[in-house]
Amino acid sequence: MSEIENNISLENIEIELFLQTLKLCYGYDYNNYNFASFKRRMRALKNKVGVSSISEMIPILIHDKQFLETVIDGLSVTMTDMFRDPDVFLNLRNNIFPVLKSYPRIKLWVAGCATGEEVYSLAILLHEEKLLSRSMIYATDVNKKNLEIAESGIFSLDKVPDYTRNYQAAGGKASFSDYYHARYSNAIIPEYLRERVVFNHHNLAVDTCFGEMHLVMCRNVLIYFNTELQNKALNLFYDSLVRGGFLCLGTKESLRAFTQTDKFSTLSNYSRIYQKLSPDVIPLKEFD
Amino acid sequence: MDYQAVLIGCSAGGVNALQIIFQSFLEDFPIPIIVVSHQNIHGKSFLADVLNYSSTLDVCECEEKTVPMANHIYTAPANYHLLIENNGSFSLNIDPKVSFCRPSIDVTFETAAEYYGQALLAVILTGANSDGSNGVRAVKAFGGTVIAQEPLTAEVATMPESAIQTGCVDYIYPLNDIAGKILELINKV
Ligand SMILES: C[S@@+](CC[C@H](N)C(=O)[O-])C[C@H]1O[C@@H](n2cnc3c(N)ncnc32)[C@H](O)[C@@H]1O
Repeated sequence: MSEIENNISLENIEIELFLQTLKLCYGYDYNNYNFASFKRRMRALKNKVGVSSISEMIPILIHDKQFLETVIDGLSVTMTDMFRDPDVFLNLRNNIFPVLKSYPRIKLWVAGCATGEEVYSLAILLHEEKLLSRSMIYATDVNKKNLEIAESGIFSLDKVPDYTRNYQAAGGKASFSDYYHARYSNAIIPEYLRERVVFNHHNLAVDTCFGEMHLVMCRNVLIYFNTELQNKALNLFYDSLVRGGFLCLGTKESLRAFTQTDKFSTLSNYSRIYQKLSPDVIPLKEFD
Repeated sequence: MDYQAVLIGCSAGGVNALQIIFQSFLEDFPIPIIVVSHQNIHGKSFLADVLNYSSTLDVCECEEKTVPMANHIYTAPANYHLLIENNGSFSLNIDPKVSFCRPSIDVTFETAAEYYGQALLAVILTGANSDGSNGVRAVKAFGGTVIAQEPLTAEVATMPESAIQTGCVDYIYPLNDIAGKILELINKV
């Protein structure tokens, strides 16, 4: 074995021990994440903490509870945008919301909501389609820091040009500037868009079902999971949906890992929107 | 050496260069070809479609969890990093940009280097930044082979120049000779 191969296998052992510690001490289970991706984040965490090897972080993790938050924050990737992949939001608006309209109360779950941009995008759409007042959005994430930021409803004004372009591409009916107040370098989401949202800590790797949802949106979270954990999360989504309910995944995610067959019908291949099947439900026609 | 994958990184001017190389690859290409090309787009990507038009090999966008196969050319989707996992399958993520890019050539090259070791043949083509240089270092460190496009024949020379400066490039060839060199190295001629 060459020196570099040897170093890599030692590093893999250190990561395994770190994962064990995280699970044994705090119940956080990162074992079923894609390893190559996870390893890059472990290296970034090591550099951020300023230690020379991953194993040096193990005693800190065991003895310092405060360190846990740094770790969870370092291990989760928060990159998100408002109306990311605008066509997906356009599809939800044009093809899914007309069905949601038939329910007196609408429950939506955004799993892995990061810092909330996707949640508020959904709230804006619901508002424009006059559905927000009878909707409840449950927004969850494993990272508590993310949830705090999401709950504050504050994002950077620098992002406004990008978000405005996305909003228009998602079929925005008003002006994006109607949906935030500018204060110094921040944009703040107004109260009426926030009052129909509840934020909760929820870990897709260990926590249970979230009942009776009409729409579950979980985008760019499953790409971080291995097949086993993807299957587990997809089962959770299936169990959380009402009959005929909708599931929206990220544009590079799919049901491939789901071991149950014939449980969903594919409504949009590009937007990755699926409908939960049941004998008494006639699924929607496929759209683009 | 029995190579198991060809990995190509490019940026500005890359589509033309890829088309020229792929013209020489007919069916029966014994190992997968994986392409990381920077694309400045926000919506659907047509890179795979464009390349498919000028290539006899099947070109498709990488799907996460699938394992690359011979006779296929795979492109990294726009706005996602492409990684090779420790079981040889593709994975995608939206981690922050690396070397100012996503997909970053460095990310794919580094993870591929770790998985394929000596069995990796990596190629750096035209491009306007120095993404790929750290990747080239990793490929070399794990015993793989690196080809860079002769910068004078590149639409934009920065990327191959920067790769060559690492001292980790094994061969430097003009664009028109790169396909031939790849075929020679994988014992196809
Ligand atoms: C890349 S962000 C995606 C944000 C947003 N959904 C989007 O597509 O723009 C991934 C999020 O998934 C969260 N996450 C990762 N593992 C999780 C788990 N096991 N349970 C719940 N959330 C998780 C991370 O904390 C992060 O906020």
